[in-house]
Amino acid sequence: MAYEINGESIEHDEEGYLSDINQWTPELAGLLAKDEGIEMTDEHWEVINFLREYYEEYQIAPAIRVLVKALKKKFGPEKGSNKYLYELFPYGPAKQACKVGGLPKPTGCI
Amino acid sequence: MEEEWDEDGPEVVKRFMYVNRKAPYGTVYALEMLEKVLIAAAFEQDVHVVFMDDGVYQLKKGQETKGVNMKNFSPTFRALEGYDVEKLYAEKESLEARGLTVDDLVVPVEVLTSEELKALMSKQEVILTA
Repeated sequence: MAYEINGESIEHDEEGYLSDINQWTPELAGLLAKDEGIEMTDEHWEVINFLREYYEEYQIAPAIRVLVKALKKKFGPEKGSNKYLYELFPYGPAKQACKVGGLPKPTGCI
Repeated sequence: MEEEWDEDGPEVVKRFMYVNRKAPYGTVYALEMLEKVLIAAAFEQDVHVVFMDDGVYQLKKGQETKGVNMKNFSPTFRALEGYDVEKLYAEKESLEARGLTVDDLVVPVEVLTSEELKALMSKQEVILTA
Protein backbone atom coordinates (compact mmCIF):
# COMPACT_ATOMS: atom_id res chain seq x y z
CA MET A 1 0.00 0.00 0.00
CA ALA A 2 1.38 3.40 -0.89
CA TYR A 3 0.54 7.08 -1.31
CA GLU A 4 1.30 8.53 -4.73
CA ILE A 5 2.73 12.03 -4.74
CA ASN A 6 4.76 13.77 -7.45
CA GLY A 7 5.24 10.44 -9.22
CA GLU A 8 6.74 8.95 -6.07
CA SER A 9 5.17 6.20 -4.05
CA ILE A 10 5.38 6.34 -0.28
CA GLU A 11 4.65 3.08 1.55
CA HIS A 12 2.16 3.00 4.40
CA ASP A 13 0.67 0.35 6.69
CA GLU A 14 -2.90 -0.94 6.70
CA GLU A 15 -4.07 1.96 8.85
CA GLY A 16 -2.38 4.59 6.68
CA TYR A 17 0.66 5.35 8.85
CA LEU A 18 3.92 5.83 6.94
CA SER A 19 6.27 2.84 6.91
CA ASP A 20 9.30 5.15 6.92
CA ILE A 21 8.81 8.41 8.79
CA ASN A 22 11.79 9.93 6.97
CA GLN A 23 9.74 9.99 3.76
CA TRP A 24 7.36 12.56 5.21
CA THR A 25 7.17 16.02 3.61
CA PRO A 26 4.86 18.96 4.38
CA GLU A 27 3.36 18.41 0.94
CA LEU A 28 2.53 14.81 1.80
CA ALA A 29 0.91 16.09 5.02
CA GLY A 30 -1.47 18.10 2.86
CA LEU A 31 -2.45 14.96 0.98
CA LEU A 32 -2.87 12.92 4.17
CA ALA A 33 -4.97 15.65 5.76
CA LYS A 34 -7.23 15.72 2.73
CA ASP A 35 -7.74 11.96 3.07
CA GLU A 36 -8.80 12.59 6.67
CA GLY A 37 -11.15 15.37 5.60
CA ILE A 38 -9.04 18.06 7.26
CA GLU A 39 -8.33 21.50 5.86
CA MET A 40 -4.87 22.41 7.19
CA THR A 41 -4.61 25.76 9.00
CA ASP A 42 -1.80 27.39 10.99
CA GLU A 43 -3.33 25.87 14.12
CA HIS A 44 -3.14 22.37 12.60
CA TRP A 45 0.48 22.96 11.63
CA GLU A 46 1.30 24.13 15.12
CA VAL A 47 0.15 20.77 16.53
CA ILE A 48 1.81 18.74 13.76
CA ASN A 49 5.11 20.55 14.19
CA PHE A 50 4.90 20.14 17.94
CA LEU A 51 4.31 16.38 17.55
CA ARG A 52 7.24 16.02 15.18
CA GLU A 53 9.51 17.85 17.61
CA TYR A 54 8.27 15.62 20.42
CA TYR A 55 9.02 12.55 18.33
CA GLU A 56 12.46 13.85 17.43
CA GLU A 57 13.29 14.27 21.10
CA TYR A 58 11.70 11.18 22.63
CA GLN A 59 11.37 8.73 19.69
CA ILE A 60 7.69 8.06 20.40
CA ALA A 61 4.36 9.63 19.53
CA PRO A 62 2.76 10.83 22.78
CA ALA A 63 -0.51 9.52 24.18
CA ILE A 64 -3.34 12.07 24.05
CA ARG A 65 -3.14 12.87 27.77
CA VAL A 66 0.58 13.55 27.48
CA LEU A 67 0.13 15.63 24.33
CA VAL A 68 -2.49 17.83 25.99
CA LYS A 69 -0.25 18.39 28.99
CA ALA A 70 2.78 19.24 26.85
CA LEU A 71 0.78 21.62 24.63
CA LYS A 72 -0.59 23.37 27.68
CA LYS A 73 2.92 23.90 28.97
CA LYS A 74 4.10 25.38 25.67
CA PHE A 75 1.06 27.27 24.34
CA GLY A 76 -1.13 27.83 27.39
CA PRO A 77 -4.45 26.38 28.60
CA GLU A 78 -6.52 27.43 25.59
CA LYS A 79 -4.53 25.28 23.18
CA GLY A 80 -3.62 22.67 25.74
CA SER A 81 -7.07 21.18 25.97
CA ASN A 82 -8.88 18.14 24.67
CA LYS A 83 -11.66 20.25 23.24
CA TYR A 84 -9.29 22.36 21.17
CA LEU A 85 -7.51 19.30 19.80
CA TYR A 86 -10.76 17.54 18.93
CA GLU A 87 -11.92 20.62 17.06
CA LEU A 88 -8.78 20.45 14.91
CA PHE A 89 -8.70 16.65 14.58
CA PRO A 90 -12.25 15.38 15.13
CA TYR A 91 -11.49 11.66 14.74
CA GLY A 92 -8.97 11.53 17.56
CA PRO A 93 -6.24 14.13 17.79
CA ALA A 94 -3.32 11.89 18.67
CA LYS A 95 -4.25 9.36 16.02
CA GLN A 96 -5.13 11.76 13.20
CA ALA A 97 -2.42 14.33 13.87
CA CYS A 98 0.24 11.63 14.09
CA LYS A 99 -0.87 10.17 10.79
CA VAL A 100 -0.81 13.54 9.03
CA GLY A 101 2.55 14.30 10.65
CA GLY A 102 4.02 11.05 9.34
CA LEU A 103 4.55 9.58 12.81
CA PRO A 104 3.65 6.11 14.07
CA LYS A 105 0.42 5.49 15.95
CA PRO A 106 0.79 6.60 19.57
CA THR A 107 1.62 3.87 22.06
CA GLY A 108 -1.19 3.25 24.49
CA CYS A 109 -3.75 4.20 21.86
CA ILE A 110 -5.73 0.97 21.88
CA MET B 1 -10.45 3.35 17.68
CA GLU B 2 -11.65 5.71 20.34
CA GLU B 3 -9.62 8.17 22.29
CA GLU B 4 -11.78 8.56 25.32
CA TRP B 5 -10.93 11.19 27.85
CA ASP B 6 -11.99 10.34 31.33
CA GLU B 7 -11.90 13.54 33.35
CA ASP B 8 -12.47 11.62 36.57
CA GLY B 9 -9.36 9.50 36.18
CA PRO B 10 -9.20 5.73 36.15
CA GLU B 11 -11.64 3.61 38.13
CA VAL B 12 -9.10 1.08 39.30
CA VAL B 13 -5.49 1.89 40.11
CA LYS B 14 -3.11 -0.96 40.81
CA ARG B 15 0.54 -1.01 41.80
CA PHE B 16 2.37 -2.37 38.76
CA MET B 17 6.06 -3.18 38.72
CA TYR B 18 8.00 -3.75 35.53
CA VAL B 19 11.36 -5.45 36.06
CA ASN B 20 13.91 -5.01 33.27
CA ARG B 21 16.72 -7.56 33.44
CA LYS B 22 17.99 -7.72 29.86
CA ALA B 23 20.33 -5.61 27.75
CA PRO B 24 18.49 -3.16 25.47
CA TYR B 25 19.37 -4.69 22.10
CA GLY B 26 19.83 -8.17 20.68
CA THR B 27 16.35 -9.16 21.78
CA VAL B 28 13.06 -7.29 21.70
CA TYR B 29 12.31 -7.74 25.43
CA ALA B 30 13.46 -4.29 26.57
CA LEU B 31 11.56 -2.39 23.90
CA GLU B 32 8.39 -4.43 24.46
CA MET B 33 8.63 -3.82 28.19
CA LEU B 34 8.86 -0.08 27.60
CA GLU B 35 5.70 -0.28 25.49
CA LYS B 36 3.95 -2.07 28.33
CA VAL B 37 5.03 0.65 30.72
CA LEU B 38 3.65 3.35 28.40
CA ILE B 39 0.34 1.52 28.09
CA ALA B 40 -0.01 1.18 31.87
CA ALA B 41 0.83 4.87 32.17
CA ALA B 42 -1.82 5.77 29.58
CA PHE B 43 -4.31 4.05 31.90
CA GLU B 44 -2.93 6.12 34.79
CA GLN B 45 -1.80 3.16 36.86
CA ASP B 46 0.72 3.33 39.71
CA VAL B 47 3.76 2.30 37.71
CA HIS B 48 7.14 1.26 39.13
CA VAL B 49 10.00 0.45 36.77
CA VAL B 50 13.04 -1.50 37.94
CA PHE B 51 16.35 -1.93 36.15
CA MET B 52 18.58 -4.75 37.35
CA ASP B 53 21.16 -7.22 36.01
CA ASP B 54 21.96 -6.28 32.37
CA GLY B 55 18.72 -4.25 32.38
CA VAL B 56 20.69 -1.32 33.82
CA TYR B 57 22.37 -0.99 30.40
CA GLN B 58 19.01 0.16 28.98
CA LEU B 59 19.53 3.49 30.73
CA LYS B 60 23.17 3.95 29.72
CA LYS B 61 23.93 7.32 28.16
CA GLY B 62 25.44 7.56 24.69
CA GLN B 63 23.84 4.55 23.00
CA GLU B 64 24.75 4.19 19.34
CA THR B 65 22.66 1.58 17.57
CA LYS B 66 23.33 2.07 13.85
CA GLY B 67 25.68 -0.91 13.80
CA VAL B 68 23.02 -3.31 15.13
CA ASN B 69 20.32 -1.81 12.93
CA MET B 70 17.88 -1.17 15.78
CA LYS B 71 16.22 2.04 16.88
CA ASN B 72 17.90 3.73 19.84
CA PHE B 73 14.93 3.93 22.18
CA SER B 74 16.82 5.27 25.20
CA PRO B 75 15.47 8.83 24.61
CA THR B 76 11.98 7.45 25.31
CA PHE B 77 12.90 6.89 28.97
CA ARG B 78 13.15 10.67 29.24
CA ALA B 79 9.50 10.92 28.11
CA LEU B 80 8.31 8.87 31.09
CA GLU B 81 8.16 11.93 33.33
CA GLY B 82 5.55 13.43 30.98
CA TYR B 83 3.56 10.20 31.41
CA ASP B 84 3.75 10.69 35.20
CA VAL B 85 5.98 7.65 35.51
CA GLU B 86 8.49 8.84 38.04
CA LYS B 87 9.14 5.75 40.12
CA LEU B 88 12.28 4.43 38.48
CA TYR B 89 14.69 2.20 40.38
CA ALA B 90 18.06 0.67 39.65
CA GLU B 91 19.58 -2.12 41.69
CA LYS B 92 22.74 -1.02 43.44
CA GLU B 93 24.57 -4.34 43.05
CA SER B 94 23.84 -4.47 39.31
CA LEU B 95 25.18 -0.96 38.75
CA GLU B 96 28.32 -1.65 40.76
CA ALA B 97 29.04 -4.95 39.04
CA ARG B 98 29.05 -3.09 35.71
CA GLY B 99 31.03 -0.08 36.88
CA LEU B 100 28.05 2.26 36.43
CA THR B 101 26.82 5.12 38.58
CA VAL B 102 23.69 7.27 38.36
CA ASP B 103 25.75 9.81 36.37
CA ASP B 104 25.98 7.27 33.52
CA LEU B 105 22.18 7.06 33.16
CA VAL B 106 19.82 9.02 30.89
CA VAL B 107 17.21 9.57 33.62
CA PRO B 108 17.27 10.03 37.38
CA VAL B 109 16.62 6.79 39.27
CA GLU B 110 16.43 5.78 42.88
CA VAL B 111 19.19 3.30 43.66
CA LEU B 112 18.06 0.43 45.87
CA THR B 113 19.90 -2.55 47.28
CA SER B 114 18.71 -6.03 46.49
CA GLU B 115 17.14 -6.20 49.95
CA GLU B 116 15.31 -2.89 49.51
CA LEU B 117 14.02 -4.00 46.12
CA LYS B 118 12.70 -7.19 47.65
CA ALA B 119 10.71 -5.13 50.15
CA LEU B 120 9.35 -2.89 47.38
CA MET B 121 8.40 -5.92 45.27
CA SER B 122 6.41 -7.41 48.11
CA LYS B 123 4.15 -4.33 48.07
CA GLN B 124 3.19 -4.68 44.40
CA GLU B 125 -0.06 -6.09 43.06
CA VAL B 126 1.29 -7.00 39.62
CA ILE B 127 4.92 -7.76 38.71
CA LEU B 128 6.06 -8.29 35.12
CA THR B 129 9.61 -9.35 34.35
CA ALA B 130 11.56 -9.44 31.10
